[in-house]
Amino acid sequence: MSALFVLVAISMVVAGAFLAAFIWSVKTDQYDDKDGAAMRMLYEDESGKQIK
Amino acid sequence: MPAVTIDKAYVKNEPKTATETLCYHCGIPCSSDAISIDDKAFCCDGCKLVYEIINENGLCDYYTLQSHPGLAQVKAIRNDKFSYLDNEEIADQLYKFTNGDHTIVTFYIPGVHCTSCMWLLEHLNRLNEGISESRLNFSTKEVTIHFSRSRISLRKIVELLATIGYEPYISLDDTSKQQTKTYNKQRIYKLGVAGFCFGNIMMMSFPEYLSQRTGIEEQYTSLFRYLNLLLALPVFFYAASEFFVTAWKGLRQRTLNIDAPIALAIIITFVRSVYEIGWNVGAGYLDSMSGIVFFMLVGRLVQERTYKSLSFTRDYKSYFPIAVNVVTKDGVVSKKLQDLKEKDVVQLHHDELIPADSVLLRGVARIDYSFVTGESEPVSVAANEKIYAGGKQTGEQITIQVIKPVAGSYLTSLWNHHAFKKDKESDNDNESVVHKLSKYFTVILFVLAAATAVYWWYFDPSMIVDSVSAMLIIACPCALLLSATFTNGNIMRILSNNGMFLRDATVIEQLGKSDSIVFDKTGTITHGAAEVVAHGHQLSEQEKDMLYTVASQSTHPYSRAIIQWLGERKKLIFGQWKEVPGQGVEAVVDEKLVLVGSGKYVGVIEPETGTTHPAVYARIGDAVTAFVIKPAFRKNVSSVLANLKNRFQLSLLSGDNDRQREDVERVFGQDSRLLFSQQPVDKLNYIDRLQRSGRRVIMIGDGLNDAGALQQSNVGITLADDVNNFTPSCDAILDAKRLEQLPAILKLATASGAVMKLSFVVSVVYNVIGLYLAMMGVLTPVIAAILMPCSTISIVIITTGVSSLIAYRQGLRLSEVNS
Repeated sequence: MSALFVLVAISMVVAGAFLAAFIWSVKTDQYDDKDGAAMRMLYEDESGKQIK
Repeated sequence: MPAVTIDKAYVKNEPKTATETLCYHCGIPCSSDAISIDDKAFCCDGCKLVYEIINENGLCDYYTLQSHPGLAQVKAIRNDKFSYLDNEEIADQLYKFTNGDHTIVTFYIPGVHCTSCMWLLEHLNRLNEGISESRLNFSTKEVTIHFSRSRISLRKIVELLATIGYEPYISLDDTSKQQTKTYNKQRIYKLGVAGFCFGNIMMMSFPEYLSQRTGIEEQYTSLFRYLNLLLALPVFFYAASEFFVTAWKGLRQRTLNIDAPIALAIIITFVRSVYEIGWNVGAGYLDSMSGIVFFMLVGRLVQERTYKSLSFTRDYKSYFPIAVNVVTKDGVVSKKLQDLKEKDVVQLHHDELIPADSVLLRGVARIDYSFVTGESEPVSVAANEKIYAGGKQTGEQITIQVIKPVAGSYLTSLWNHHAFKKDKESDNDNESVVHKLSKYFTVILFVLAAATAVYWWYFDPSMIVDSVSAMLIIACPCALLLSATFTNGNIMRILSNNGMFLRDATVIEQLGKSDSIVFDKTGTITHGAAEVVAHGHQLSEQEKDMLYTVASQSTHPYSRAIIQWLGERKKLIFGQWKEVPGQGVEAVVDEKLVLVGSGKYVGVIEPETGTTHPAVYARIGDAVTAFVIKPAFRKNVSSVLANLKNRFQLSLLSGDNDRQREDVERVFGQDSRLLFSQQPVDKLNYIDRLQRSGRRVIMIGDGLNDAGALQQSNVGITLADDVNNFTPSCDAILDAKRLEQLPAILKLATASGAVMKLSFVVSVVYNVIGLYLAMMGVLTPVIAAILMPCSTISIVIITTGVSSLIAYRQGLRLSEVNS
């Protein structure tokens, strides 16, 4: 039954990591512009292209 | 791939003929004199120029992400428009950060609308080496630019943005102390922490719930209990802190506010749980406590949703320019508006705002005061006559002399009116239903607790502490408060999906209590475009082109109305153009003299038609056509008004003269009060009089001239054609396209009170059960842990469900529709 101690500890660590991830995402303004990110992913990385 | 792009263009704009070409940049159909380079057609030089800049810098992805992404470049930007940015003092106020060289600046760019805009604005570094990085916040339309001051000046950046079609909006507001509108991040952190702890405490408590039957080993019992206590610490000391703070603030002012009973319940629950765990007599109620905190925080967040990109607190500063061109001995220099003094001589160009009360020195002034008074027709001003701040010059450049400082002018003095000094929010808050209910609730609870204590004192004094503390734990008024927060939150969400944005939740209650509605006319009941009816000579197609050519040379609203009536037409070659301000325009087209203007100007005797509408006459050769210009009412105005009339007293306040009284009467009906020629202060006073007679007034307006009335009213609603546009300070912003939903919106707001009462009844039932068990001294942690989430969840379901049902019945949209 001592496995329970380990499991409880692990579950707390995992849940804590998600909490930390949540706080980090708020702190780095990831919810500031919810529309922008969806558009930014459409860019192509190539540069210097001219329309012929 | 021009072929593909053109195909797309056809789908988008559906031109009537296959031969019609669309401007590659902005998508406007090109006339026959289109400019073309690289096989691409452009409607004007402006668009071509933007294309060239973009193409030279290899940024043509701009055009592939979206076809015709550009904005029409018809308005040329004046050379020295941004010269004031060379003034270091002004530039300094705009910088967000600077270390001498590396500088960060943020601009609001109203023109941002699509993926291409975003792409181009984030690749500014390819247009100029001085710019190292640029990033656009699409929701707020703000672009943040990092640049090196030694390589590019602020003025150059703004001019660059303007040339590629994204002219930033810079106003006096930007230079005054910035209020960061960011949402409350602290509360989101608290919510995260409370949610994490609540979930884990529930999990750890589970063995305890089940242990009554099966029993768990002693070592685990205390492990779980101490872990719970550990997890409850951040909830108590961090997540719940705002309840303690507000409750304490209330107590210091000798009032019991809504947070006081919550704070009390949280403290008692925590203290009793610590005692039980510490002395090993029980498991405590930590699961209930963290649940209360978590649900309360969720409720507040739902209610206090903010519309980040909207502003409800703008004053005249958002409309005024930062700097003006002042004529001095050393030539024209730009001067900050705050430094503008009496006797300063100012140059104003077309479409520029008059910053302070002044007199006209030189030039033909035609001032558009629609901004200040609502009167839509420009006023001609003779030399040495007074011009008031807030007007806009239309036409040529004028020179004026300031006679009053900016802060002392007529328009700005409106903001010094007492209506703007009082704190409307706190005024309204004191009357809130929830507040009243929670006071009764607290009193009843204390009476019951005292009675219970007395009862047990007689029969079994050892039960006093247990039962009284259990009562305070279970009777936390959170269900009551949640019923208000979730009802309001859901109604705000539904309203925003229907184009109505509220400043905060207290507005809903105020809307529901109102019994009078006051409308502004210009821009609210009517909108920009006027309806034109032509009489007399029937114009041929050729003559329509001729008329279009002449009328398009004038900025007068009547000319614009005629142009709109004519539709998109060919411009012909003309000569001998002449405009007499306030009278008319004339020119020779196709060797025929074309006159457009008043009857006197055109040379016809105005017939006694009996109509009160203004008429404009056009004469081509000898044939005369009369155009009667009627106000164009917004769609469905009459049905909306007829609907509202049953429940509200309606009034109309217009800055215009009463020429259109007849038309307005037709839509308003006989029993409404219609007042014309109302100055901003008259509007404010009218609402004040209504309120003194015991009425609760909703004011619906659109312009700065309504600002006083919006502020004085119980609920000020701004009608906006574009909600992201500049609106005066108000309580709610309504999308003008959704005006027809106003009756439904008001009904929903009225119903919110009933929804809250219903859910209050439900929460009372839960409380009675819980209180009964607590008074009997049999409330175990398990029952508390079941009762608490059950009541919360059922309240959430009832409030959101019922309010959504009412909204659905009223024909309001429940979910967001992207359009």
